[in-house]
Amino acid sequence: MAKRKAAFYSMTIPALLLFFAFHTFPTLQGIFYSFTNWDGYSDGYDFVGFKNFAALFQDENVLNAYLFTFKYAIVVTILINVISLLIALGLNARIKFRNFFRGVYFLPNVLGVLIVGYIFNYIFANAIPKLGEMLGSETLAINILGSEQWAWIGIVIVAVWQGIAFNTILYLAGLQTIPRDLYEASDIDGAGKWQTFWSITFPMLAAFFTINMVLAMKNSLMVFDQIVALTGGGPGRATQSIAMLIYQGGFQGGEFAYQSANAVIYFIVIVVISVFQLKFLQKREMDA
Amino acid sequence: MTKKRSTNWFITILITLGSLLILFPLYMTVSIALKNPEEMAESIFSLPTGLHFDNFTRAIEATDFFSAFKNSVVITVIAVCFILLTNSLVSYAVARNMNHKFFKGLYFYFISAMFIPFQIIMLPVVKLTTDLHMNNIPGLIILYIVYGLAFNIFVYVGYIRSIPIELEEAATVDGASTYGTFWRIIFPLLAPINATVAILSCLSTWNDFMLPLIILSKPESYTLPLVQYVFQGQFSTDYNLAFASYLLALAPMVIVYLVAQKWIINGITQGAVKS
Repeated sequence: MAKRKAAFYSMTIPALLLFFAFHTFPTLQGIFYSFTNWDGYSDGYDFVGFKNFAALFQDENVLNAYLFTFKYAIVVTILINVISLLIALGLNARIKFRNFFRGVYFLPNVLGVLIVGYIFNYIFANAIPKLGEMLGSETLAINILGSEQWAWIGIVIVAVWQGIAFNTILYLAGLQTIPRDLYEASDIDGAGKWQTFWSITFPMLAAFFTINMVLAMKNSLMVFDQIVALTGGGPGRATQSIAMLIYQGGFQGGEFAYQSANAVIYFIVIVVISVFQLKFLQKREMDA
Repeated sequence: MTKKRSTNWFITILITLGSLLILFPLYMTVSIALKNPEEMAESIFSLPTGLHFDNFTRAIEATDFFSAFKNSVVITVIAVCFILLTNSLVSYAVARNMNHKFFKGLYFYFISAMFIPFQIIMLPVVKLTTDLHMNNIPGLIILYIVYGLAFNIFVYVGYIRSIPIELEEAATVDGASTYGTFWRIIFPLLAPINATVAILSCLSTWNDFMLPLIILSKPESYTLPLVQYVFQGQFSTDYNLAFASYLLALAPMVIVYLVAQKWIINGITQGAVKS
């Protein structure tokens, strides 16, 4: 028995050490540097206490990045979940070529986010304006990525186009776990389609809804690749996400310590939102 | 009853229209990659009239495609194999000792890392890997294997706990070691969940951009997505070259997907339902 325990320890301890070295240790370092003024390459640094944190709250660029990221993440999370649920319902209906369509809708998930971003960059910059010219539409004739006001919509479109793939498959998996006789019973009761959806389908999907909402929210709060490929954070700072700001300031702007402090705040924000989402959605699962 | 079994054409049409929106950007990619600038000037939407494969030969040369392709394959294949072998082993030890403080603590320790945004470790990890001379392909592979634990342990432990423990007890009585029991009895039973983990890790490793961007220091170790980023400046106005390069970078995973589509989707579906 002791031998068995020893074996179990030997299976986990190397992993624990490696994980500590490459994940926990850098996390602690990040927190440590957030209390210094290190620029990332000089030999020395001083402790500055909470100065970085105090400065963050007065930094317009930081505020701007948080506002953009939240606006983006909320819109993307809602759109992805609504659209992928609709597609999953469609794919679950009695349609022709179901497997073919299922394959098409999942396809974007296997494509690299960065490259998809470059392709859409061209579509926004060239294809849609051309189409606008042909149709004589002035709204379509501009490149929305070049507009401070609308560039974020372009990023939303790309993220949704690609993000619905995975969530659709999860919702479809959920729909297939619902027993047929539940629908037959509701049919006999004379319930309408709308009523059946809200009283049977949606409650039965509660667990999938929770996981999809949390996944989509977490992914969109960390948005980076799409922005690199589409706008680089511009025009100006109109689409600079938190991840982008930390990357640019930390690696190129000599703000290692300052952006570490920003990352600590970002971490707290993500934990609070995830816990809140899980609590709220799981409570809803229970009630349903 | 007969009415219900007939095809719903209305939804079929809606689903078809939706799928056109999915396919349109891919149509653009393929057609631009095969055109020349004169055809582009006529119309950017039309099908190419001839097939200009010289776009591809130029893209292969400009981006050193085969070197990047080889790097991506090496990184993905090695990382995925080691993720399957090591992450499942760790999860087994944890799953079978959840009543023990140490292992239960370990479970939550790994899982809680999922909530730590990569940005907080991004800056220190670059310093760390540079100091350890790990800012290269082997270093990157190690990071993928280690970071994979956070999510994979969650998937594996749930699955392993559903496997009856009596199977192992019989083996132990027969004198098999704990490692022997895992490799000979448990690991083969993990096949369905291994498939899920393999697919998800394969996609995320192959398509990852940020970790290669900050870790890899030498151009000869660049991966496919990173190469697209680095050469973006040179592509600037030569769209045919750019799209030929994008298509080459996307093609390997698309081909794998076309061949193994059913298997990939089922793998993800099963993983979702079981955990």
